[in-house]
Amino acid sequence: MSEVKMINLKIDGTPVTVPEGTTILDAARQASIDIPTLCYLKEINEIGACRMCVVEIKGSPKLNAACVYPVAEGMEVITNSKRVFEARRINLELLLSNHRRECLSCVRSGNCELQKLCRDYGVEDERRFDGAMTPSTIDDSATHMIRDNSKCILCRRCTAVCDQNQAAAVIGVNNRGFNTHIGCAFDAPLNTVACVSCGQCIVACPTGALFERDDTDRVWEALRDPEKRVVVQTAPSIRATLGESFGMSIGTNVEGKMVAALRRLGFDDVFDTDFSADLTIVEEANELVERIKTGGKLPLITSCSPGWINYCEHYFPDFIENLSTCKSPQQMFGAVTKSWYAEKLGIDPKNIFMVSIMPCTAKKYECKRPEQAANGIPDIDVALTTRELARMIERAGIDFTALPDEKFDDPLGVSTGAAVIFGATGGVMEAALRTAAEWITGDTAAPVEFTDVRGTEDIKEATYKVGDLTLNVAVTSGLKNAEKLLESVISGEKNYHFIEVMACPGGCVNGGGQPIQPAKVRNNVDLKKLRAKALYSQDSSMPLRKSHDNPVIKEVYDKYLEKPGSHRAHELLHTSYVAKDKFTGE
Amino acid sequence: MSCNSCSTTVVGTAEQDATLREQIAALRVDNSLVQILQAAQDIYGYLPEKVIEVIAYEMGVSSETVYSVATFYSQFNFNPKGKYAISVCLGTACYVKGAGEIYEKLKEKLNLGDGETTPDGKFSLDACRCMGACGLAPVMSINETVYGNLNVDSLDAILEECK
Repeated sequence: MSEVKMINLKIDGTPVTVPEGTTILDAARQASIDIPTLCYLKEINEIGACRMCVVEIKGSPKLNAACVYPVAEGMEVITNSKRVFEARRINLELLLSNHRRECLSCVRSGNCELQKLCRDYGVEDERRFDGAMTPSTIDDSATHMIRDNSKCILCRRCTAVCDQNQAAAVIGVNNRGFNTHIGCAFDAPLNTVACVSCGQCIVACPTGALFERDDTDRVWEALRDPEKRVVVQTAPSIRATLGESFGMSIGTNVEGKMVAALRRLGFDDVFDTDFSADLTIVEEANELVERIKTGGKLPLITSCSPGWINYCEHYFPDFIENLSTCKSPQQMFGAVTKSWYAEKLGIDPKNIFMVSIMPCTAKKYECKRPEQAANGIPDIDVALTTRELARMIERAGIDFTALPDEKFDDPLGVSTGAAVIFGATGGVMEAALRTAAEWITGDTAAPVEFTDVRGTEDIKEATYKVGDLTLNVAVTSGLKNAEKLLESVISGEKNYHFIEVMACPGGCVNGGGQPIQPAKVRNNVDLKKLRAKALYSQDSSMPLRKSHDNPVIKEVYDKYLEKPGSHRAHELLHTSYVAKDKFTGE
Repeated sequence: MSCNSCSTTVVGTAEQDATLREQIAALRVDNSLVQILQAAQDIYGYLPEKVIEVIAYEMGVSSETVYSVATFYSQFNFNPKGKYAISVCLGTACYVKGAGEIYEKLKEKLNLGDGETTPDGKFSLDACRCMGACGLAPVMSINETVYGNLNVDSLDAILEECK
């Protein structure tokens, strides 16, 4: 291995030694200096466009962008001179001159990177460069999100993640100069292009230009309706992220407080999507074993992530037959609640209002699909993101951090460790392997942990010997990685039996509906890893860790569904997919 | 990338479409997107939506990626040109001599916005920057003919010639 050359420089008088090729921005961090950025997203958007990170370099007549400027031997950098501060402030004032300032009512108020910088840099006159603004429109055509270009600062973080992480590139930079704006081809509305609804652009946005469609009013209305039995389910990953909205550290598991908060909001049943994650595993492991035994279409590909489903339908329609026909856990939960649970309670399923708390904006789209209505009524009435739930808790005046820990209600709050890891990339695969291994070998002592499929690498592969079978599996997250993986399958280079795909990099813990962490955090810690850790540690501490051991799952099959893959299971728990056009979005 | 329908999309005449695909095949090896767009505009007179899609498909990128590049350059049009394509110079010399008023007057007379074409396909209107005829400012061109020393009152007679 060749030695990495080390470079010595001074930043604000502090000597720093870093490997050659390091940027001034990263070198400064080693000297505990935080240079401000707006457009910079590490390894995704390194374009030096916003000029917030400008610094003085001794010997250079102009200010330079620290985010893209590599260090050099003997370099002397000044990050805090009057000249630097004034340049940054003027840059902010110029951004404000083309930014619709409605901070009082903006969804990102208090969590806006532009707002914070204006405060930090002492912007006093926000109208200093008042004048004409770029004509803009609000695109509210999509089910899952809204784009308000009047608040866009053209940092291009959204277009970079759409292209580089998600391989969709349905949004980009149109026109030039004063008319430059973010939009789709031919400025078509978002719901007419092949957007997969993942919401990764929202969590990348530094301002309030991109945000989820807020459906909380519909939930408040249902909670106040005495005729409705309002049932809520929370996805596995919510417990690992919701605390961030209340200032708790990243990776804190707040399951108990979350349950307590939901109960105080007035939900009649506080249930856990982990239950239906277990159900998904039982159905999906059965499907895998069946397909292997009967020579069915392989590789089987997971279907839990609606962003991935949208991507497959639009971009890889030839793989539709490979998709598991299992509904996602969100949808299975609604279908079971409005059938088995409604019967158990003796109430009309039409009077059940089913709310789901999801890490995901694509879930808003998924629950409105016509195929997702097993009982003749939609399985799910409203899908809220983690952020919307946090908003409800705040509005209700619930002091979240002071809440006691409470337990989910019975019966649909019962789950296993296999379900909670659904929230991280590799979790569905591991959960399915736990069940499949036991079913194929008939050995209850079959392994529980499949650690090769854990972790945040782009593509993970493993081969497991299960009984007489050799099972080749692959796990990926982020649609750019999914594209790469599918192409290796198409070319014949790779041959798998089972593939897990999650649309968002790192899986649901890093979903487009999760609390938004500023670039300053995203660039310096691995969010997805910290959040996933909370789920894996919960799994290892649970008494039951295999989905098929869930006692309520057993009861539901015994008394209602008969057996995995039965006719009734198919009616309630399985779905179909539609090939769509990548260019027209139809 | 999976194929949707773009390998067989019909945009214009068979000859036009064949030329487009030849040009793309020749130019895409160097990723010469701008040259491909120029070739496409030469073939069709403008860049129809379907052409953008075909180029995107052949280049293995999204339609928005192509559209983004195309809208950066003022040379590309997204509407078919009229039989009489009017282009008003808004360069400095023409502008100080009143080209702005002429442009506004034409918009009003033809009921057109910037870069638009009349529904009957007769007139299209856009602005350009300097035709190198500053001595005749303000100037405009209709197809290949340049008209100089314009004023708002001279426009009716010129449009009349086009009838």
